[in-house]
Amino acid sequence: MSEPHGQDQRPVGPRGGSADPGPSRAGSSLRSPVHPRGGVAGLLREGPPVGPTRPGFWRSPLRGPWLTSVFGAVLLVGIPLMFVTGLLSYAAYNPDLGGNDKTPERGWLGFYLISWPTDPHWLYRLNQGVHVTLGIVLIPVLLAKLWSVVPRLFSWPPVKSLSHALERLSVLLLVGGVLFEFATGLLNIQLDYIFPGSFYPLHFYGAWVFIGAFVLHVALRIPLMVRMLRDGGLREELRRPAAKKAGAGAALATAGPTSPSDPTGLTTPEPAAPTISRRGALGMVGAGSLLLFAMTAGQSIGGVWRGTALLAPRGQDPGPGPNGFQVNKTAAGVGIRPRDVGPAWRLVVRGQGQERVLTRAQVLALPQHSAALPIACVEGWSTEDQLWSGVRLRDLAALVGFAELAPGVFVQSAQRSGSFRSTTLRDNQVRDARSLLALKVNGADLSADHGYPARVIVPANPGVHNTKWVTTLTFGDSA
Amino acid sequence: MAFRKRYGAPPLHLLLVLGSFALTGYAGIRLLSGQEPWMVVLWFAGAALLHDLVLLPLYTFTDRAAQIVLGARHRPPGPPAGHPSSSSAGPGHRWINHVRVPVFLSGLLFLTYFPLILRRGNRFTAYTTLPDDVFLGRWLLITAVLFALSALTLMIRLFRSRTTSARRTPEKVLGEYPNGT
Repeated sequence: MSEPHGQDQRPVGPRGGSADPGPSRAGSSLRSPVHPRGGVAGLLREGPPVGPTRPGFWRSPLRGPWLTSVFGAVLLVGIPLMFVTGLLSYAAYNPDLGGNDKTPERGWLGFYLISWPTDPHWLYRLNQGVHVTLGIVLIPVLLAKLWSVVPRLFSWPPVKSLSHALERLSVLLLVGGVLFEFATGLLNIQLDYIFPGSFYPLHFYGAWVFIGAFVLHVALRIPLMVRMLRDGGLREELRRPAAKKAGAGAALATAGPTSPSDPTGLTTPEPAAPTISRRGALGMVGAGSLLLFAMTAGQSIGGVWRGTALLAPRGQDPGPGPNGFQVNKTAAGVGIRPRDVGPAWRLVVRGQGQERVLTRAQVLALPQHSAALPIACVEGWSTEDQLWSGVRLRDLAALVGFAELAPGVFVQSAQRSGSFRSTTLRDNQVRDARSLLALKVNGADLSADHGYPARVIVPANPGVHNTKWVTTLTFGDSA
Repeated sequence: MAFRKRYGAPPLHLLLVLGSFALTGYAGIRLLSGQEPWMVVLWFAGAALLHDLVLLPLYTFTDRAAQIVLGARHRPPGPPAGHPSSSSAGPGHRWINHVRVPVFLSGLLFLTYFPLILRRGNRFTAYTTLPDDVFLGRWLLITAVLFALSALTLMIRLFRSRTTSARRTPEKVLGEYPNGT
């Protein structure tokens, strides 16, 4: 991706007239046969005589509407998938229940919310694996797309009409929005909480701000993209090792930025000598995506693949044994004190005005059931299915009088800090036979970090709603 | 027609824009209802500015500088600028991409995972029980492997171009300018 910053060493040629290689010459700023007239009026019309507002300043022969369209087409598939998996993740938190909602002012932005299902049990695991891994894989495509259109940022005059001004404002929201979403997401999965506020409202509302600009951008640009890709001949381009331009590209290569065949002005009028073909550039971006995928996906696939995620946050195993799988937050990390979970621990089950207080031995004496379920985090990582055993949530509901149809439950933890000290689960989650108050995992007692003495585990539930160190279960209306 | 002249685009354009901005406003009010609304604005606009005015010029300039240093931009005297016909690139051109690609890939990994690589979170181990001091070393090793692979492919290419008596190596073909206008 050769680039233009005014330091080209070659003579400018007859049109440029100067062979001075100094940086102030700014590439081919003198390329226009008509020199800018003096005075403010001339400056306004022609723009500064040097610098990035001049089309000739941008000299990579790769740039053009075809290349931008290819990246655009990838993002046109990828971004909506990111948006939909993001919205589904929000729905998975059942934000309409109790204190679950981290964005209680959402208004109509939650119009699509559903009762989050428990089938298939890997649903949340898949959703978040796709959301986070795809986002990371799209990074090079996004950067390449932005690189390919950067001359537009400096287009002159800055504002041509009211419609142009509005479009530019929208593009600021588009670019700011997508980078904001990627930045907050990437920082959050690496536990680097430097963004201004809670992740949930920033990432959720930020996505809605972005998607408004995205839909507009797609509506305005999709005809051009389709035309470019139809005429541009992707196959021909990929078969061509040289930096040759096929189809419409060939015409565009010679067309000036104001030519009707390139209404975008992305094609440089002063192409520098190519140092990489378009095929090579696409290959480089694709290799970037592939490498990021290889460094990341293992943390969501698990098993032997986890170790391949060399740079992802959860590419390492926490150790051997029945409790040797990923810990979201340790007991110490959220302020669990030994006495909270020691022999004095009691499970309080409430509902319909009744209350039962149970020791751990008494909970173990209740009918025990097993379920193979994963832990899946909003951060994208997940574990394979672990074999949990404990008491069914619906059996605990029956203890306080809900013999037939169990209602939802409000779950409280001994956890003293963190925003997920308590959770509300919906009735469909409580009724599922695989939903447990688990006491053991893979045949052993839960470790302190996995929620000893007891934790909730529900199929397809976001990890933070599988509350650890459970102290109180309140079934029914107050839930 | 009067509308189009005044506005610069058909009425449908305006409707789409207004619809988009209405949604932006609805979500934007909520985005900015937190404790630090100005910081959010700063992050939103700052992300775009940081990318467009710092990151992009930075890697552009780096690429450009590398090309100059490595001689890839050297142009033998020949056809005037804008009208190059053949062998437009200098000797560095033969291997500039063998530098560019590993730098790009390594930089991409760093850009994505710098909070872990630089151990910025400082609560990683406390939360996850996992060691947080492995990422820098891994990234450096991956970078080393990328450069080694690149060097290996370059060696193979050079070896091949030497064994075949043909002077037109694939790199030369790459360098050929397409239109010859």
